[in-house]
Amino acid sequence: MTAEVHLQHIQKTFGGFKASNDVNLTIEKGRIIGLLGPSGSGKTTILRMIAGLETPDSGDIYIGGQRVNDIEPGKRGIGFVFQNYALFRYMTVRENIAFGLTIQKTPKKKIKERVDALTELVGLKDFGHRYPMQLSGGQRQRVAFARALAPEPELLLLDEPFAAIDAKVRKELRGWLRKAIHKLGITSIFVTHDQDEAVEVADDIVIVNRGHIEQTGTPVEIYQQPRTPFVADFIGEAVHVPDFTIFKGFENGRASGAHEGIIRPEFLEIGADDSEMRMPLASEDGTVRGVYFRGNSAEVDVEVKGQLLKGTRSLEKPPLHEGDTAKVFIHRIYSFAGGKTEILENRAKQIDSVII
Amino acid sequence: MMKMTKHVIPGFHFTLGITFFYLSLILLLPLAAFLLYSSGMGMAKFLDVVCDARVFHAYEVSFGTSLAAAIINAVFGLLLAWVLVRYEFPGKRIFDGLIDLPFALPTAVAGIALTTLYAENGWLGRFFYAAGVSSAFSVVGITIALVFVGIPFVARSVQPVLKDLDPSLEEAAVMFGATPWQTFRRVVFPELLSPLLSGAALAFARGIGEYGSVVFIAGNLPYETEIAPLLIMAKLEQFDYQAAAAIAIVMMALSFLILLALNSYQRYRVRRQGV
Amino acid sequence: MQKEKGALGWALIGIAALFLLVMLVLPLVLVASEALAKGWQTYLRAITEPFAVKALYLTLEATVLAVISNTVFGLASAFLLTKFSFRGKSLIGSMIDLPFAISPVVAGLFFIMLFGRMSPLYPFLRAEHITIVFAVPGIILATVFVTFPFITRELVPVMEAQGRDEEEAAATFGASGWQIFRYVTLPNIKWALVYGVILCTARAMGEFGAVSVVSGHVRGKTNTLPLHIEILYNEYNFTAAFAVASILVILAVLILVLRNLAEGRAKRGESHDG
Repeated sequence: MTAEVHLQHIQKTFGGFKASNDVNLTIEKGRIIGLLGPSGSGKTTILRMIAGLETPDSGDIYIGGQRVNDIEPGKRGIGFVFQNYALFRYMTVRENIAFGLTIQKTPKKKIKERVDALTELVGLKDFGHRYPMQLSGGQRQRVAFARALAPEPELLLLDEPFAAIDAKVRKELRGWLRKAIHKLGITSIFVTHDQDEAVEVADDIVIVNRGHIEQTGTPVEIYQQPRTPFVADFIGEAVHVPDFTIFKGFENGRASGAHEGIIRPEFLEIGADDSEMRMPLASEDGTVRGVYFRGNSAEVDVEVKGQLLKGTRSLEKPPLHEGDTAKVFIHRIYSFAGGKTEILENRAKQIDSVII
Repeated sequence: MMKMTKHVIPGFHFTLGITFFYLSLILLLPLAAFLLYSSGMGMAKFLDVVCDARVFHAYEVSFGTSLAAAIINAVFGLLLAWVLVRYEFPGKRIFDGLIDLPFALPTAVAGIALTTLYAENGWLGRFFYAAGVSSAFSVVGITIALVFVGIPFVARSVQPVLKDLDPSLEEAAVMFGATPWQTFRRVVFPELLSPLLSGAALAFARGIGEYGSVVFIAGNLPYETEIAPLLIMAKLEQFDYQAAAAIAIVMMALSFLILLALNSYQRYRVRRQGV
Repeated sequence: MQKEKGALGWALIGIAALFLLVMLVLPLVLVASEALAKGWQTYLRAITEPFAVKALYLTLEATVLAVISNTVFGLASAFLLTKFSFRGKSLIGSMIDLPFAISPVVAGLFFIMLFGRMSPLYPFLRAEHITIVFAVPGIILATVFVTFPFITRELVPVMEAQGRDEEEAAATFGASGWQIFRYVTLPNIKWALVYGVILCTARAMGEFGAVSVVSGHVRGKTNTLPLHIEILYNEYNFTAAFAVASILVILAVLILVLRNLAEGRAKRGESHDG
């Protein structure tokens, strides 16, 4: 069985709430997929429908080419890691991990071998006889992971796998989980609302919003080519501008006439005066409205033509202060029209390149 | 010895004073009087009373019927809690409220009602007697009365735990292909065991001491259906206060032992499993 | 996880309903049926008979006194146990739970030994012409003993969950103990208190074993309603016994209804906070 997951026209409502609105999704074998979206966007519902814990109102779910809508959750070959791990408190670590195999009536000897291998994999060899309540959050997560893997599923589903862990341990576990999954080569889908987590762990990110899939792609693709306003807004930090034609280099706008756009901090170059700017003539005059120390850089709020923009500035350069005048060059803007996004580069750069 | 702690909230000494005064007057003083009086009886007299065949038999009846009633209540209490938490059905609120009836209904009323109900010509008794079971004036009758009295204990201690049980535990079992029965037995039941046991232990302790609901249906035949609290009454009526005290001491010891056993079991689980 | 009811679900509901019907509803129906077996006239005569009325008054007297004093104790002890940390706290907690482990008959015995003829206090009581056992004070004391844990038991979990933050905040503003209790603590525990008082009332009203031991069964003088029922029943005056019992059944049902209302309010109160 090849673990390729395919969702077709999935609809799901809870009461009057539309949790899934025509969800279509194809997931390739062996990849780690991050379902990313704000809370209430319907990402967990998608995961639970794949698992069989929820039933779609309409639409089809295929796993490995087989339609699984009418197959019981336990027979879909899926391992599931719950948000709070759902470990069985009255079973030891080993008993927890062995649970799935015991249900399948696997021979005792085989169970022992498998549990040995898994406790080894998750680094809990010496904790086999402890109970879940005696473990740390990170250890519990690893037990849940091992338990889900024990019956050798084709597909691993993880619901907010890091939500219940301290910030410090979380970072460590992300790297560990990514490595462990890749080592096993098991197709995995995890749900998260944290974009850093999605970017760090996933091979592909699926952006979910209001029960609908906005975009699917690698983290780089999602970041560089957001296809919808929602994605552009949700990923990274973004400032909305209602009409970008007020800025130098973008006066022409676009034929369609809609001039709404998004500017990210990294699209801005902020200088104290002309001497710091590569293209002073194409730069705007601005006023510094706020400077915030961010550890490795300074975040600068700057007002240009009545519009507040956000940018960053290296700490190596002379510091700016609130109320200072500044020069601002806008490299590019995401523009939206008719639900499509387009990246507009500053015209000055195009002219520049022609001259050189 | 006592370190004076500074309390942020005022009223410590005032509430401590009331609590201590009240406990002394209502609980400690009577208890002390009882212990003082009992200590005057001497070991010989104590053993004489307690080891008397009739007394011993009364303990047996009390213990046996309370145990049987606690077990029946454990089963039905679990069922009641399950049905109330897991299903929606018409009349559920009344159903829920009814469970507390044994707490609210005076035991003497329950006693005479049950006796009439299970007597030979009673509404339910006729079926029992037709089947050759004496449902009144027998240990069966005592057990029925104790079941009545103990119904709320298990149901009310299991119900909130079941309600707050994390649904993903059962989903986890389902994901492994566990059947509903396997899920219940291996995942849900262990979670409910602790409240189930504490409810059953409370019902059992209550059963040992119960008087009002039992005295009518028991028939009170020495060596047959005489329960320990009734024997205390009998001794009191003969003004044999020492004997009454001796019987009471054993009853109290029994109740404490049960609650102690329950307590140590819960502690064991905390220590061993960190729950 | 709310499950869909399959055949098994309905079967379980059916068994549970049948159990409740046979064990709890049937006895109530029987009381009503037996009480009215000889018609309304007999029923009314039985419940208005002087001894029954006297017994009702004594029951009400003992219940009201026990509930009032237990409410004061319940509030004080719950406040003590939840708002302060001190040595011996768990000991006080266990002492409050003690009556649950003691048979009411034994509790009655305690008071006989404290105030009866064998007591060291007896010569003094006799000299002062104070009778406690086999008299009304004994009945009240026994009732108090059996019912005093109820209110504390009801309040402690609720107050524990509330924590001390609000009281401590009020204390930093210089509020007095009474002001803190009146304006901060009490509003938070109002419904739990009502609930505890109702439970305490139910138990006080129906107490039989302990009262039976200390009462001395003096008809018209030391008989509460439950004791009166026993006497009537043992005299084979079943109709009268059930007639008097029906008053207690009505009170019990009333208590259950009130209890459910209070519980509903208490839950809604909690959800406002949460």
